Amino acid sequence: MHPTVTIVDYGRSNLLSVQRALEYCGAIVEYASTSEQVAAAGALVLPGVGAFADGMNLLRESGLARAVCTRARQGVPLLGICLGMQFLFDSSSEGGITPGLGLLPGTVEAIPGHTTQGQPLRVPHIGWAPLYPAQQREGFSGSTLEAIPTKSQVYFVHGYRAMPARQADRLADTLYGGHRICAAVQRGNITGVQFHPEKSGEVGLAILRTFLGSCPA
Amino acid sequence: MSAALRLIARLDVKDRYLVKGIQYEGLRKLGDPHDFALDYYRQGIDELFYLDTVASLYGRNNLSGILERVTRDVFIPITAGGGLRSVEDVGTVLKAGADKAAINTAALLRPQLISEVARAFGSQCMVLSIQAKRRDPLNPAAGWEAYYDNGREHSGRDVLGWAREAQQLGAGEILLTGVDREGVRRGLDQELIQAVCSEVTIPVIAAGGASNSGDLMQAARLGAGAVAMGSLLHYKQATIPQLKKELAENGVEVRPCIQQ
Repeated sequence: MHPTVTIVDYGRSNLLSVQRALEYCGAIVEYASTSEQVAAAGALVLPGVGAFADGMNLLRESGLARAVCTRARQGVPLLGICLGMQFLFDSSSEGGITPGLGLLPGTVEAIPGHTTQGQPLRVPHIGWAPLYPAQQREGFSGSTLEAIPTKSQVYFVHGYRAMPARQADRLADTLYGGHRICAAVQRGNITGVQFHPEKSGEVGLAILRTFLGSCPA
Repeated sequence: MSAALRLIARLDVKDRYLVKGIQYEGLRKLGDPHDFALDYYRQGIDELFYLDTVASLYGRNNLSGILERVTRDVFIPITAGGGLRSVEDVGTVLKAGADKAAINTAALLRPQLISEVARAFGSQCMVLSIQAKRRDPLNPAAGWEAYYDNGREHSGRDVLGWAREAQQLGAGEILLTGVDREGVRRGLDQELIQAVCSEVTIPVIAAGGASNSGDLMQAARLGAGAVAMGSLLHYKQATIPQLKKELAENGVEVRPCIQQ
């Protein structure tokens, strides 16, 4: 009955909060720190806090990067959280140009230090902000965000933002300093959220429950 | 448009108890911090901030047990502080469930620690706590000095210069406590908030003395990204839905309260 999810542990992130939130939502949580464990997972969560280059280096050296890509291409549900969402893209400019997993086309760039009106903007972006459907989307139906109303507030902590190359991958945006910031992406079994669902109260838990609904028991 | 004003419950802990100090002198036991945390979460608080008030005394932070418990049923950002002296100390509270670490004393004694923590865990984890005391209580132009050890020891550092330096070193947020106002619910030190907010571009959390939604509104208008409240909540002077309603009615963006 309980969906089982595997958190990718590459030795950096605060995994406890993600684990606790998933367990609260009824999941059985396992950890994977080897490529074999990733290869055996029925559903994957790729968390992330910290710097892109550091995290990607750890993922690559351990062989986890390749294993995650293989498993995701085999159709296993994959949820990238915060830096874990940024890893899904081709590259990031944080700490020099660093290649990502390349599961979704696009790059990761610094949030501008000014608003669209030219006023100074506080970066990193820390705090609660509403989720809007991405341009050309009506709402969140049929996606990992389908359980929550549009404009629901979620918790963000980030200095960089994903720039998906394909508009169709873009699920939700938030606004910061007038800039549209990519807040969630989804293509098939691959979902990424820039915010922290495990820190976003009931709204975040509802999103995790939807994701768990796609995971095998 | 910037992010919504964050309301943070500040939970000062001594051993297993929630305590409340008045200007850092004299502690009163209020109860089990978990009961307060859960109540505030259900009411719609945006973040929790735990401070181990006696950590410096014992030479170690004792919040791990409390953090491990609260992360089982509270799903909002949690900051832990008190007696954190090294990257290892920060790692310990993060592992126990905190998202960010607040550091005051150890950073004043060795500013490089800010860079070390930012490099190890990211700037967003590194909250610099500044206890600011007016050099001249009646004259804000005389400036503020940074204090440590619960407002007892003075560092000689100017608060504005220290805030700027900390940002350069990699601090992600500043928790700014006006020591003169701490625990007396006499209103926040507005000149202090304004001065620090114009000195740095990282978010500033205003703390010390918030007594009503008007104080929170002022803090937001002066540039604070968040307000930390202790007495106001612990003594049930206001509920969180009530504060947020008043803020929203006065044009301050907040995260709406949802039944948790």
